[in-house]
Amino acid sequence: MSKYRMLKYLRQEVLPTTMCLGCGGGTVLNIFANAVDELGIDPKDLVMVSGIGCSAWIPSPYFKADTLHTTHGRPIAFATGIKVGLPDKYVVVISGDGDLAGIGGNHLLHAARRNIDIAVILVNNFIHGMTGGQVAPTTPFGAKTTTTPYGNIEHPLNISETVAAAGASYVARWTTANPFMLLKSIKKALTKKGFALVEVISQCPVQFGQRNKLRSAPDMLRWFLKNSVPLKKAMKMSPEELEGKIVIGEFIDRERVEFVEELNKIIRGVYVNAD
Amino acid sequence: MSDSLKDIVEIKINGLSISINKHFCKGCGICIEMCPTKVFEWSEKLSEKGVYFPVPSYIDKCTKCRRCELMCPDFAISVEVEEGAG
Amino acid sequence: MNRSVLRKLYPKGNYFMQGDEAIAYGAIFAGCKFYAGYPITPASEIAETMARELPKVGGYYVQMEDEIGSIAAIIGASWTGLKSMTATSGPGFSLMQENIGYAIMTETPIVVVDVQRSGPSTGQATKGAQGDFFQARWGTHGDHPAIAISPSSVEECFWTTIDAFNLSEKFRMPIIILADGIIGHMREQIRIPDPEEVEVIERRLPQNEEEAKLPFGGDLIPPMPIFGRGYFTHVTGSTHKETGMRDVYTPSVHDKLVRRLHEKIEKHKKEIVKWEEKFTDDAEILVVSWGVSAKPSLCAVLRARSEGIKAGFFRLKTVHPFPSERISKLSKKVRAIIVPEMNLGQLIIEVQRFVNDDVRLIGVNKIGGVPITSEEVYNAIKEVV
Repeated sequence: MSKYRMLKYLRQEVLPTTMCLGCGGGTVLNIFANAVDELGIDPKDLVMVSGIGCSAWIPSPYFKADTLHTTHGRPIAFATGIKVGLPDKYVVVISGDGDLAGIGGNHLLHAARRNIDIAVILVNNFIHGMTGGQVAPTTPFGAKTTTTPYGNIEHPLNISETVAAAGASYVARWTTANPFMLLKSIKKALTKKGFALVEVISQCPVQFGQRNKLRSAPDMLRWFLKNSVPLKKAMKMSPEELEGKIVIGEFIDRERVEFVEELNKIIRGVYVNAD
Repeated sequence: MSDSLKDIVEIKINGLSISINKHFCKGCGICIEMCPTKVFEWSEKLSEKGVYFPVPSYIDKCTKCRRCELMCPDFAISVEVEEGAG
Repeated sequence: MNRSVLRKLYPKGNYFMQGDEAIAYGAIFAGCKFYAGYPITPASEIAETMARELPKVGGYYVQMEDEIGSIAAIIGASWTGLKSMTATSGPGFSLMQENIGYAIMTETPIVVVDVQRSGPSTGQATKGAQGDFFQARWGTHGDHPAIAISPSSVEECFWTTIDAFNLSEKFRMPIIILADGIIGHMREQIRIPDPEEVEVIERRLPQNEEEAKLPFGGDLIPPMPIFGRGYFTHVTGSTHKETGMRDVYTPSVHDKLVRRLHEKIEKHKKEIVKWEEKFTDDAEILVVSWGVSAKPSLCAVLRARSEGIKAGFFRLKTVHPFPSERISKLSKKVRAIIVPEMNLGQLIIEVQRFVNDDVRLIGVNKIGGVPITSEEVYNAIKEVV
C-alpha cells in the first residue's frame, strides 16, 4: 500500500495538477520522471526551461528541479544561455507545439543548426490549448478550432522532419500511446551530446478532441494508434497516402560538432593566462 | 496534500499490488483503455472528487507491464511487485 | 574578475577607440562573462569587440538568431551566475522589450545597451539620435521600475558600463545604457585604468539553504539562488509568491511583489540618480541636457559665461529615474530652462513635470543625424537673456 514511486520527483505542494482530465501532458511528465529515474540522474543536475502554454506547465511547477518558466516562444533561447553557463548540467526544455514551433520556431531551428547540447521535449497537441483552443501551426488540415470554425485551411508543419533537416543530432517522434518508445527516446535525448528533440504527439481532448469528434483521451489514443505509421513504412508511401497520418520513429541519430564544446575550445585556444 | 492513505484503493494478490490514488485520479479512463489485458473496470460509486475511477478487479490477468502506471497523467497508479514474484 | 589577466591584456594607459569599443571594455572590466547579441548598426562594434575579447578572459560570445533570442540567452546565462550583456539599437531595443520586462519581474541582473539611432522605424541607421528616452522608461508593458544611464563621451562609455553592471548586480534588475550612434562610432582618447581602480559589485548569493528559500521576497533585494547549486529554484515571469511559485490569483501577492520591485529603487534613489552640474549657484538660465547633446551645451554655457551671461549647465548621467528633486529646486532660481536634445522634445517633457509655469522652457530640437552645435545652444541662450 503506497503511492506511486515517481511522486518523489514532483513538487508535492502543487498536486494534483491543474491539467485537464485526460491531458497527455501528465503522461509526458510521468514518462520524463521515469527517464530521469532510470538514468539515475540527480534532479540537482537538471535545469528545466519552459515557455508559455499548457505543456509549459509540465515541468513548471510540477517537476522538482531548477526551473525557468520563460516568455512565450523563447525557452530554447533562454536555455542556450543556461547551457553555456552550466555545461555539465542537463538542460531540458519541455514546452508545446505553439510555443516551440509556432512563435518560437526561429529559436528551434537555430538551436538545432547550432547543435547546442539541449534536450527538447516538444509536446504537440495540435492546438493552442491554454488560450482556449485556437488553431496552431500544427493543427491538421480541415480541423475545427475556435479560430477555424470553417475548418483549418492550412497544412501543419512537420516539426521532426524540419528540425532533423536543420541539423539536430537526435530527433524522434512518438505519440503518448507509445509510452515505452517515448521513454527510450527521452532517455536517449537526455544522454545524447548535441541538440536532441523528442516530439510527442499528445492528446488534448478538451480543446482539440471535443471539436473534432474525439471526445475523450481514450478516443484520441485509439485515433493515434490507428493513424500512426512507422518511419520505415512511411518512406515507401506517397504523400496522398500519408495525408493525416502520424509518422513515428527515430528520424536522425548522428554525431555532430557540439556548440558549447566549441565555445570552450575557443577560450582554451586564446586564453591568456597572466599568472 | 490533504490526501492520506484512505484515498488509496488497493487490490493485492500474492506478490502483486495495484493501488489507485483517488485523490489524484480524475477519471480519464486512459488506464482502462490502454491496459492490454483489461485488468481495470470503472468503479460503481463516485470518488470524493466526483469521478468514477478504475478498479483493478481482474488483477489476476495483470502481466506487470506497468503501462497503466506509466501512462497515468496524474501519477495515481502504483504497481508493486514483490521480489521473486516475477 | 582575474585582475592580473586584465592587467596583462589591457595595460593601464591611454587608448584611442570608439564609444562602442569602450562599452565592451567597460563590460569586461566589470566582470561580464557572457554576451549574446545580434548585429545592428550602430551597435555592431560592441558585438565584434566582445567576440574578440571575451574568450581572452574566459567569457562567451554567442550570436543569436535575433534580438529576442539575444536577451533571452543573457537572462538564462545570468541565472547560472554569469554577468551578462547585450547591445542593440532602436529596432532591436523594441524587440527586446518583452524580455526586459521578464528580467524586471524575475529580478535578473543584466545590462542592455541601446546605441540610439535616428528613428522611427529603420530611419537613418548610421545616424545617432536620442529618440528612445521614453522607450527606455516605458518600453515594456505594465507597472515597472526602470534604471537607464547615459554616457556623454567615449571615456564615459567605459565607466557608465561598469556602473550599469554594478547597479544590475546590486538591485537585481536589468539596467539600460542609453548611448547613441555618434558617441558609439566616434573615436576619442580614453584612459584605461588599472583594474584596482575599478569597483566591481557582485550579486548577493544565498549563504545557505535557508536564505535560498525566498528568492523573491523576505528582503527588499533578496539573494539570488542561481541554478546548478541544488536549490530547486523556481523562476517565472508570472506573478509569484516570495518562494517563486506562481500565484496569479491573490491580489495582495501581486501588489506586494510589484510594489517591492519599485521600492528597490525608490528607497535607493539618492545612491542611484547621478548628474553633473556647473555654474548653477548663480545661474539665471539653465541648460539641461544628456548624452551626445551635453558637450555642445556645455560649450555654449562656457561661451555665455565668458560674456557675463549667468548660464548654468546640468547634465543627466542617470536618465531614469529622473533627478526630479534637484531639477525642481534649481528651477526655482532660474528664469528659463533650455533643453537641447536630438529628438523633437522628450527630456523636456520630463523636466516640465517638475518645473513651475513661470519658468520658460525652450527646447533645442534637432533631428536628421547631425549633432547639435554649441552655436545653436548659444543662440537659444541669447534669446532668453
